[in-house]
Amino acid sequence: MDIFSNHKRLFLLVILLFGTLTVFVAIFPALNNQYSYEPLPDSIPLTEIEQRGKMVYIGNGCVACHTQQVRNVEIDKVWGSRPNVAADYAGIERTNFWVNTATLMGTERTGPDLTNIGKRQPSEDWHLTHLYQPRAVVENSVMAPYPWLFELKDSIKITEKDKIVNLPARYIKDKSKKVVATEDAIALVAYLKSLQQVKLPDGTPSPEFLYKREQKKHGANESGGSSALDGAELYTNYCASCHQTDGKGVSGAFPPLDGSAIVQGIDPTSMVNIIMYGYNAREEYGEMPAIGQINDLSLEELVALMNHERTSWSNDAPEVSLEEINKILEELKKQNENQ
Amino acid sequence: MVLAQEQTPDEVSLWSSPGVLITIVLIAIPMILGIIILTMKSYRIAKQIRNKETLKQAKILAEEIVRNKASLNPEQIAEKKRRLEYKLSNAELSGKQPAKDVRGLIQNPTNELINSFFARKSQPPKRPKIDKNLTKLVLWFLGSAIFWLLLGTSVGEYLGIKFLVPDADSVSWLSFGRLRPVHTNLVFWGWSSLAMLGLGYYTVPRVGNTSIASLKLGWYSLYFINASHIIGTISLMAGINNGGGEYREYIWPVMLLFVIGLMLSLFNYYKTVAIRKTKEIYISNWYIIAAVIFINIIAVVSYLPFWQDGLGETIIQGYYMHQAVGLWFMMFVLGLLYYFLPQQLNKPIYSYSLGILAFWTQILFYTLIGTHHFVFSSLPWWLQTVAIVGSVGMLIPVAAGTINFLMTFKGSWNKVASSYSLPFFLVGVIYYFTGSLQGTAEAFRFTNLLWHFTDFTIAHSHITMYGIITFTLFAGVYAIVPRLTGKEPTQLWVGAHFWMALVGLQFYTIPLMIGGTLKGLSWGDGEPFINSVVLMEPYWLWRAIGGTLMWLSHIVFAYNFYKMVRVEKEVDIHEVTLQLLQNDNKESEIEEDLKT
Repeated sequence: MDIFSNHKRLFLLVILLFGTLTVFVAIFPALNNQYSYEPLPDSIPLTEIEQRGKMVYIGNGCVACHTQQVRNVEIDKVWGSRPNVAADYAGIERTNFWVNTATLMGTERTGPDLTNIGKRQPSEDWHLTHLYQPRAVVENSVMAPYPWLFELKDSIKITEKDKIVNLPARYIKDKSKKVVATEDAIALVAYLKSLQQVKLPDGTPSPEFLYKREQKKHGANESGGSSALDGAELYTNYCASCHQTDGKGVSGAFPPLDGSAIVQGIDPTSMVNIIMYGYNAREEYGEMPAIGQINDLSLEELVALMNHERTSWSNDAPEVSLEEINKILEELKKQNENQ
Repeated sequence: MVLAQEQTPDEVSLWSSPGVLITIVLIAIPMILGIIILTMKSYRIAKQIRNKETLKQAKILAEEIVRNKASLNPEQIAEKKRRLEYKLSNAELSGKQPAKDVRGLIQNPTNELINSFFARKSQPPKRPKIDKNLTKLVLWFLGSAIFWLLLGTSVGEYLGIKFLVPDADSVSWLSFGRLRPVHTNLVFWGWSSLAMLGLGYYTVPRVGNTSIASLKLGWYSLYFINASHIIGTISLMAGINNGGGEYREYIWPVMLLFVIGLMLSLFNYYKTVAIRKTKEIYISNWYIIAAVIFINIIAVVSYLPFWQDGLGETIIQGYYMHQAVGLWFMMFVLGLLYYFLPQQLNKPIYSYSLGILAFWTQILFYTLIGTHHFVFSSLPWWLQTVAIVGSVGMLIPVAAGTINFLMTFKGSWNKVASSYSLPFFLVGVIYYFTGSLQGTAEAFRFTNLLWHFTDFTIAHSHITMYGIITFTLFAGVYAIVPRLTGKEPTQLWVGAHFWMALVGLQFYTIPLMIGGTLKGLSWGDGEPFINSVVLMEPYWLWRAIGGTLMWLSHIVFAYNFYKMVRVEKEVDIHEVTLQLLQNDNKESEIEEDLKT
């Protein structure tokens, strides 16, 4: 055969074969995706500071450990309310002259997926503490610390503009100084908070999560224990990253719930208020975001969560009822509308 | 009914999933090989016993024949006996006088036998000298590659430690996210690519029975590629990267330098094939030239901005990283194997046609499978399915290649034990089979569910990039550098390199595969995420231990390379004087000769 001894023909054939395949499995599908999807109507483009934060995210290689894709499988349900669709990424274009498009979907999940981190963890204070020293808030974390996004400043020199990072005392060697977030840190947190799944337009069916997990059986008394179990799970999902699994909080950053007067109060109004609408009255601690509102907690979820907190650890307050909390919620709603 | 409830659905699906089963079989293959070797040994022992039995019978038969031969007369018998019993006295040539070294020729005589602790490997036969300038170019390619290997794996070693000690440092340039691409890029584009190109500069002209088209282009190629890694490493550490696609972290101006280097080598190789003195193009050059063509196309397609918006970027990323692995590293290394294996075994390749079948099917199927890194993502479902189908199609080239290499080994297994490069080749070939098939198993949807995003992927990439590519490159270096320089490495240290790298790789990959599976199961059970981090700790520790062994083996490898290229010729007064007396040899030339 000629191709055995004619290098021109052989390598031309090789180029043609590979080139054709390249066009059909890479270039065409890529172009097709690029032109047939538009950003979702509810999606908001990144602001200037969020864009800067994204550059910090890219530059420090966060994508090495964090994915930004919720796959259409049950395992991924914890990372978002729905699987990602192509339109979620449609608004992302070339970053700048030097840097390619950054969808940041990632291939490793050494740390959690961040597609919806803005909803899951809306607290700026938590993010700053976590970036400065991950183990201050997540004991078993193996994440790298990012101290160069912060500066140590003399307590005297601190101005109003400075964003102070709340930290347990053991993480600051020089007691006369405070940890202050740089603009890069603020921008990075702004970007992380912007990462929220956008609602699909009305009428669009959301793709389903495949490979459903088989329901686990909890023995014979299924009816009784279910609400207590839900409470623990909800606590892990919404509260534990700041207040910790043991309810002890993080000294100097997030208050303990174990032994807290508010949590165990006979009148649960202020507890409901804080969970639903947030709290920022105590300077020594970070600000509590409006967890309940952001995550659209249902009445049942709220009650399960509250009862878990009221009866766990050393707490021993009476459980609250659905009716009681429903009443308080309505009153709070009215109050807020009046303001 | 009660029994059915006791078995959780996870267990049932895990042990009946084809992907998991295939993986277990693949891990078992080396052990099965061991059992086969053991069986063969016992078979041989049985055969020896049987032989003894036959021998006895033969003796009885012979005695009977002698008894029957009474026809000879006594004289004839005596004569025959004398002839049969004749023995040399060992003094026929030397006479009976004691030996005396009258002229003082013998120095340091010894009667002691040196019992070596390790088996001695045979030394490659002396070959005619290769063009000194080409030697220099090849050695510089390999030397640069080894430098990047040392740097890249030192970084990798440090990264492995960071999983256990995340607060090891607080310097931005050394943070995990910045160093990880430094490690991957250096071992990919630094070590592997340069070592391949270096071995290519030896192989391409050799199989065409000609000399390299242009040495100058070769040097420029080396400069450009080394420049890209110096600038690339610094920029990655400074926090400048291309936006997060794996192995595509160099920004385009840096990658451009790399691609220019590659294009220069491509042009050079192609020209060399064009001026070959053989009629046919040997199969090695099919693979090698095609690989260099592909990597150029892949890099250009993946860096052009026109089709990279939104998910386009992800589709191109899948294409890029997978084609780079399969159609650059794998393709090139296969080309090298088609030259080195026959050369080291001193016999032709088993089947030329199988090699050609593997060539075309590798291009066809490999190109299709890029998207299998993004199964279940928002990419089009059909593209994911094509990728999975293509992954299964890879069975053809992998089986064809493995059979071809193993059949070439067949009948020459004894050479493996007496050579120091062949064991490396053998490991490469075996991992070619297990590593590639593991990739196929991982692409199935169920196994993807279990293993995707876990440390299993890291284990797989080390089995392939290290087990196949790096082991073959080690072998290539040990095969040709002694030919180029005429100097052998210390065999003890080659052995140390081999065993540390091989054992290290096992410690690295097997714990990560177990840990990765447990991680996937933990996610599947819906446990809190942090549990999957905590459970990995012992496996990360094993990985660090394995990684340390591999890293140490590279230091030994670098030492061995130094031993092979060092300048250590002692001036022999007689030889040089003789050379000086001959008119056409100038002093400077002799000095030059001694240097190389």
